[in-house]
Amino acid sequence: MKVKIHVTLKQGILDPQGKAIEHALDSLGFKNTANMRVGKYMEVDVNEPDRAKADAQVKAMCEKLLANTVIEDYRYELQ
Amino acid sequence: MKIGVVVFPGSNCDHDCQYIFQDVLGQKVEMVWHKETLRPGLDAILLPGGFSYGDYLRTGAIARFSPVMTAVKAFANKGGLVMGICNGFQILLEAGLLPGVMLRNTSLNFICKDVFVKVENAATRFTNHCESGQVLKIPIAHADGNYYTDPVTLGGIKANAQVVFRYCTAEGKVTPEANPNGSLDNIAGIMNAEGNVLGMMPHPERCAETVLGNEAGRLIFLSMLETLHKPQLTVV
Amino acid sequence: MNASVITKAVLEQHKLSEEEYKKILEILGREPNWTELGMFSAMWSEHCSYKSSRIHLKKLPTTGPRVVQGPGENAGVVDIGDGLCAVFKMESHNHPSFIEPYQGAATGVGGILRDIFTMGARPIALLNSLRFGGLDNANTRHLLKGVVSGIAGYGNCMGVPTVGGEIVFNDIYALNPLVNVFCLGIAKRDKIFLGKAAGVGNPVIYFGSKTGRDGIHGATMASDSFDEEAAQKRPTVQVGDPFTEKLLLEACLELMSGDCLVGIQDMGAAGLTSSACEMASREGTGVELDLAQVPRREPGMTPYEVMLSESQERMLMVATAGREDEVIKICRKWDLDVAVIGRVTDTGKVVLTENGQVVAEVPAKALADEGPRYDRPSAPPAYQDMLQALNYDALPDVKDANAALLALLDSPTIASKRWVYEQYDHMVRTNTMVRPGSDAAVLRVKGTNKALALSVDCNARYCLLNPYEGAKIAIAECARNLACSGAEPIGVTDCLNFGNPQRPEVMWQFLLAIEGLKDACEAMNVPIVSGNVSFYNETNDLSIYPTPMIGMVGLIEPADRAVTQWFKQNGDAIILLGNTREDLGGTEYLKVLHHREQGSPPLLNLDTEKAVQACTIHLIREGLVQSAHDCSDGGLAVALAECCISGSGERLGAMVQLSLDGLRRDALLFGESQSRILLSVKPHQEERVLSLAKEAAVPAAKIGTVGGNRLVVQVAGDQRIAGCTVDQELTALHEQWARAIPRALGQD
Repeated sequence: MKVKIHVTLKQGILDPQGKAIEHALDSLGFKNTANMRVGKYMEVDVNEPDRAKADAQVKAMCEKLLANTVIEDYRYELQ
Repeated sequence: MKIGVVVFPGSNCDHDCQYIFQDVLGQKVEMVWHKETLRPGLDAILLPGGFSYGDYLRTGAIARFSPVMTAVKAFANKGGLVMGICNGFQILLEAGLLPGVMLRNTSLNFICKDVFVKVENAATRFTNHCESGQVLKIPIAHADGNYYTDPVTLGGIKANAQVVFRYCTAEGKVTPEANPNGSLDNIAGIMNAEGNVLGMMPHPERCAETVLGNEAGRLIFLSMLETLHKPQLTVV
Repeated sequence: MNASVITKAVLEQHKLSEEEYKKILEILGREPNWTELGMFSAMWSEHCSYKSSRIHLKKLPTTGPRVVQGPGENAGVVDIGDGLCAVFKMESHNHPSFIEPYQGAATGVGGILRDIFTMGARPIALLNSLRFGGLDNANTRHLLKGVVSGIAGYGNCMGVPTVGGEIVFNDIYALNPLVNVFCLGIAKRDKIFLGKAAGVGNPVIYFGSKTGRDGIHGATMASDSFDEEAAQKRPTVQVGDPFTEKLLLEACLELMSGDCLVGIQDMGAAGLTSSACEMASREGTGVELDLAQVPRREPGMTPYEVMLSESQERMLMVATAGREDEVIKICRKWDLDVAVIGRVTDTGKVVLTENGQVVAEVPAKALADEGPRYDRPSAPPAYQDMLQALNYDALPDVKDANAALLALLDSPTIASKRWVYEQYDHMVRTNTMVRPGSDAAVLRVKGTNKALALSVDCNARYCLLNPYEGAKIAIAECARNLACSGAEPIGVTDCLNFGNPQRPEVMWQFLLAIEGLKDACEAMNVPIVSGNVSFYNETNDLSIYPTPMIGMVGLIEPADRAVTQWFKQNGDAIILLGNTREDLGGTEYLKVLHHREQGSPPLLNLDTEKAVQACTIHLIREGLVQSAHDCSDGGLAVALAECCISGSGERLGAMVQLSLDGLRRDALLFGESQSRILLSVKPHQEERVLSLAKEAAVPAAKIGTVGGNRLVVQVAGDQRIAGCTVDQELTALHEQWARAIPRALGQD
């Protein structure tokens, strides 16, 4: 099944990239933007018919590799 | 001659470029803050290396919108000499002054080392002090130097002799092993069709003095100065 | 605040002893409130107060004719002539790098850079000293990759070259890696800025990034040992923003080029608390700050959080009253947050208000200078005798010298670090004359005829076996690295990494190391001008080896006399300065070939060391030396191999003849006797070099000739014993040495 994973910085953790992009948007005239946060989006096929098992596996993948849980949160959708 | 060196927030080779032109080659240099415009009287513009806007989003992606870039484009469109080194090259690509894009190095790492490049076209305003096919040892220092463009554009720039430098071995062989970053066709530097805008990933300003043990980069700056002194000699 | 709130548990959380709390009550004459307690906790932490080390650090020599600023400021300052100064310091970021290697290392680099440019210097070089576990451990590989890319990510973006360093791999660091970063900047002699809140009524200005909840209590975390609960401390991780730091650097230097700046300090450990109270305390003034003016990244932050946040890339400055607008304009030019947050007062107190209410009021000196001081008990560890006892008779001598040499070149500690330094921009600012990979990095000083040589070093195994001798050797070897490039040492910074100071054996190691540093610095006539102590480097009750890291700066004049370690020309004579003795204790050879870390470290005679170094520097300045290389890890055989294969150009072999003179073969080839330098000189200058050495009473002998594509080391009188000869093609040696780290990382 197809899995869509979003990895984002935890709330309160500084996002230098988001800050710089937000500033650039502002200087381009998009004055009403705020709180830009940059994350990662991933798609992967997981060959596991059992939904519960797939869920557990994707969670483990996120914990172990896809997200740096020290500073990042993750969420995912199984389709 | 008076060279304008543009300072973007995060530029970090701006002083090195200034030093080469001013202290080593005895020219006038004007540092141009990115929020300003170009003052009249500049003979050439240099976009230096560094991490403009921290390389955030994409290299050069935010810097291309800096106010000064409007003036730089106008300067280039009027035939003025514009050179972008490393991040400066990346900005020229994002700004559309040169064709193509930069991808991440295939190793995914930042790479700082000496490489060899072959002068593919010595009849340019930036290489007239070089021999055709000459091999120059010049350092690179980048994480995104993997040049890419679509096949049609590539065919065009090759046919038009716009490929100025290609990565090669010490002997001048253009091989995959000599390619440090996965760059398409081993491209290390290209110019625009008109021949007045050059972008290159290697850093000639880091190898233009005896005290640093390598003067290869000097040839490029001397070529530019020659072009500016004797515009009638320029080709293209 | 209700008195009952400050319970034992609360004190425990704040790492304050009951005795220390009593002292706080005395100072204030009342109970502290929550914010004040937090401020004391951070400032009286080991990390900020040096409470276990301060009384001992006083023994170190810190003065000299070149010293402009010794320890106690953001960095040390040494005069290099021409109206210029070298400003340098080394700092640790060990614990944060273990928790999050990329950000930990990156913010370590950011912190030391701020220490340097706060003084008015433009940073021109970074070096680092790293310690990791063995590369067979997956987590170590993860830590190495993360730390290296963190250092690269920050330093490269800042445009400050990382020009050198050293890395040692040993299992003892597996759960407590060391990340020590050294930075050097150049400032004008008459434009040095200090962290002083001078001039009553002057504005206190905050600039840089906004304040978030990052790293609250980082300072107390750095003063804490690790255990399984460390994971829970993770939310304190700070994220570095090198782009903002670059803007901060340029803004600071622009501000400093004018005359509106009075004092400045970066907000490092303990954030706004430390910068405010230290600036006031140094000047004997006070400050009054309105916390509502502090730029914030997150809503709802309490005074406690604002004062203890360790958000990166922030500065505190005192400017001349009436010049606020100039300061604000320059900060805005560089897109930085800036706010006048208070005034300098004459009360001697740090007074914090928020919306008109006083939320904290503490004497500045009490926080910054009057913290506890401990003379902690010390005693040698029970295992010390066992460590030093080594029965050489039970050790078989080397049978296959080729195999032993190849094994040593494959040891990641000795192997080429190219995989690491190629990720660092080591050339930006175009000063790098000698790039990473030689004994010392060499940078020209623009506008002068001078160059600076930089080296960082420490053999912690020697320090474990004998902390006094080990510390002495760290100084001697660092100076020797500089001498090999032709530089005279002019200043030292140290970063003293030790275990838990509440353990007597750790304190014993620390005290002996201080004595060693003192004696060696006095003998070498080089002052320690800045430094850092990192205690509590232990995990699950296991302390690291005592690791007093040394960073040393040397001066070369004229600049073009600098030499490198690799052979230059076929036919050159190879000359060994210094004597080889039976020094096998604590060697890399014993560890790699015999799996022992035992014995007494090599004996160091400081007089001999001085003579050898002075002679080398003299020979180099006379233009008589083609290459010079220090014999260290792996001994003479490894040093010879490095002379053959470590250059970036054509590799040159060597034919060498040695004689045993009663030594064991392994001691001759791989022993680590101190005070030895390998020179190569042009054939027609061989006699002159030998006679100059003789005049200087330095032992010197021609041991071979440069040439060919093999390294051959024959041992006279021993040819019939199979395997005692080193005879290897350079390509094989190079392959082994150059690919060792990528191989260990599975990237070959």
